[in-house]
Amino acid sequence: MEKKPFERPFIKKLQAGMPSKFGMKSMTEPITHIDDIPVSEIIADYGSPVYVLSEKTIRDQFKKAKHAFTTRYPKVQFAWSYKTNYLDAVCRIFHQEGSWAEVVSGFEYDKALQNGVKGSQIIFNGPAKTDEELKKAIDNDSLIHIDHFDEMYAIIAISENSEKRPKVAIRVNMDTGIYPMWDRFGFNYESGDAWDAINRIMVNEKLDLVGLHAHIGTYMFSAGSYKIAAGKLADLAYGIERKYGVNIKYIDVGGGFASQNTLKGAYYPGSDTTPSFDEYAEAISSALLNSQINPRNLPTLILETGRALIDDAGYLLGTVIANKRLSSGNRATIVDVGVNLLFTSFWYEHEVYPAAPVSEHMEETTIFGPLCMNIDVIRDAIAFPLLKKGDHFVIKRIGAYNMTQWMQFITLRPNVVLTGTDGKVHLIRKQEHMDLIRQQEVIPGHLK
Amino acid sequence: MRIKKNIAISDSGFVFNPTTGDSYSMNRIGRQILDYLREGNTLEEIKPRMTEEYDVDEASFEKYYFDFLSMLRQFELLDEKNED
Ligand SMILES: Cc1ncc(COP(=O)(O)O)c(C=O)c1O
Repeated sequence: MEKKPFERPFIKKLQAGMPSKFGMKSMTEPITHIDDIPVSEIIADYGSPVYVLSEKTIRDQFKKAKHAFTTRYPKVQFAWSYKTNYLDAVCRIFHQEGSWAEVVSGFEYDKALQNGVKGSQIIFNGPAKTDEELKKAIDNDSLIHIDHFDEMYAIIAISENSEKRPKVAIRVNMDTGIYPMWDRFGFNYESGDAWDAINRIMVNEKLDLVGLHAHIGTYMFSAGSYKIAAGKLADLAYGIERKYGVNIKYIDVGGGFASQNTLKGAYYPGSDTTPSFDEYAEAISSALLNSQINPRNLPTLILETGRALIDDAGYLLGTVIANKRLSSGNRATIVDVGVNLLFTSFWYEHEVYPAAPVSEHMEETTIFGPLCMNIDVIRDAIAFPLLKKGDHFVIKRIGAYNMTQWMQFITLRPNVVLTGTDGKVHLIRKQEHMDLIRQQEVIPGHLK
Repeated sequence: MRIKKNIAISDSGFVFNPTTGDSYSMNRIGRQILDYLREGNTLEEIKPRMTEEYDVDEASFEKYYFDFLSMLRQFELLDEKNED
């Protein structure tokens, strides 16, 4: 006779009238499959923990975002923000969908070139471009977004010995009603710094001012801030048109759209509060279309959306190592996923689901990683099903930033796989091994 | 290990402690173990029955059993004075 499945015995005190934040979202509904592929099979084949990215979700999200903007504004161009997730397979999906590349370092720049992106379709952002990197970007006709005057003069100096005319934009920071205001990148709008930068570029005979750029922050949950930002950039563009008779080719409103993750301490889940692509698109398009810019010379709208395009496509699968009870009586579950692999657990209350059906019983549980460090907490006090040692779980919405900001800390980084639109699982980044780490180290002779 | 005598357990798995006025809910396995305990069974008697019925080995069962007892103790549902 087949035995019944065993669940750990559990008793819980009922608290009458206590509003439960956890009542909002039940995590007893398991995630057993990703794109029709059993989670258990992925773990059996690629180990635990393992990152999974869904090609279908990436493409679907991209199409949704693109549709929201192209139905409202005539000229739209996305540029994939490399820092969000620069695994080559991921970048290539975005490039196939028509995205340019947005990079912030020489390393990212070279990665974009190696992914087959044309130099003229690489946007080079960031406050720390070296002369060599600038020279390469100028030679390749890339779009250089100037962060500060030192960079502007470096570009001018390079251009004096070059045949090429550098194509530049300035990054503008501004008050959009959001606190804290990001004023460390670019030139300030309200103080007149931005105009100062524009004037100096316009009088220089070698530089082409092709665009205006702002990136007002990340996880911006107010679409209204984008309306303000796009309006201020449009104002600058109109001023340039009037003063110099030059039409700015593009306005780049950066990234920053919120994903549906829930920020730590937020009362309502992100899935209830995050603006849709349509709301962002409406705010930005209306600001540009209602501006003074001559409608016959509307600039292209560039979007550097990162997180909102990739978060949903990423999953982190793991395994329960142990359960214990803390001195307070509270339940602690130790899992094989640490904060070194889930950087975003510092910002988000990630949703963690069992990978197989469980009963409806939940216990308030703190989920700890394996790092033997006090900071290694994946989720604090969540209502969690009664998982046992060896049971698998799925952390949802982790596609943004985790596969770039991860750390080789105490443990090695695991496999990353892509569930392809061909129905197959593809390994897209191999797990690290000891030799790979050790080959970077050099032992001085006297220590051998 | 005994359950306090005045504890009421409903058919649907709710537990009521009249001394404190607190009530509790259990899952099915918790309920079953509590029933065995109320009938005066010891771990040595409970273990073979549970491992026979459920897909769990003895060592794992014992681990979860003691964990469950510690919860009962924390909720003051155990009668520790009349230990036998
Ligand atoms: C200049 C720039 N563009 C785009 C992004 C992508 O932002 P997000 O992932 O919030 O959309 C960033 C991220 O910090 C950025 O610095």
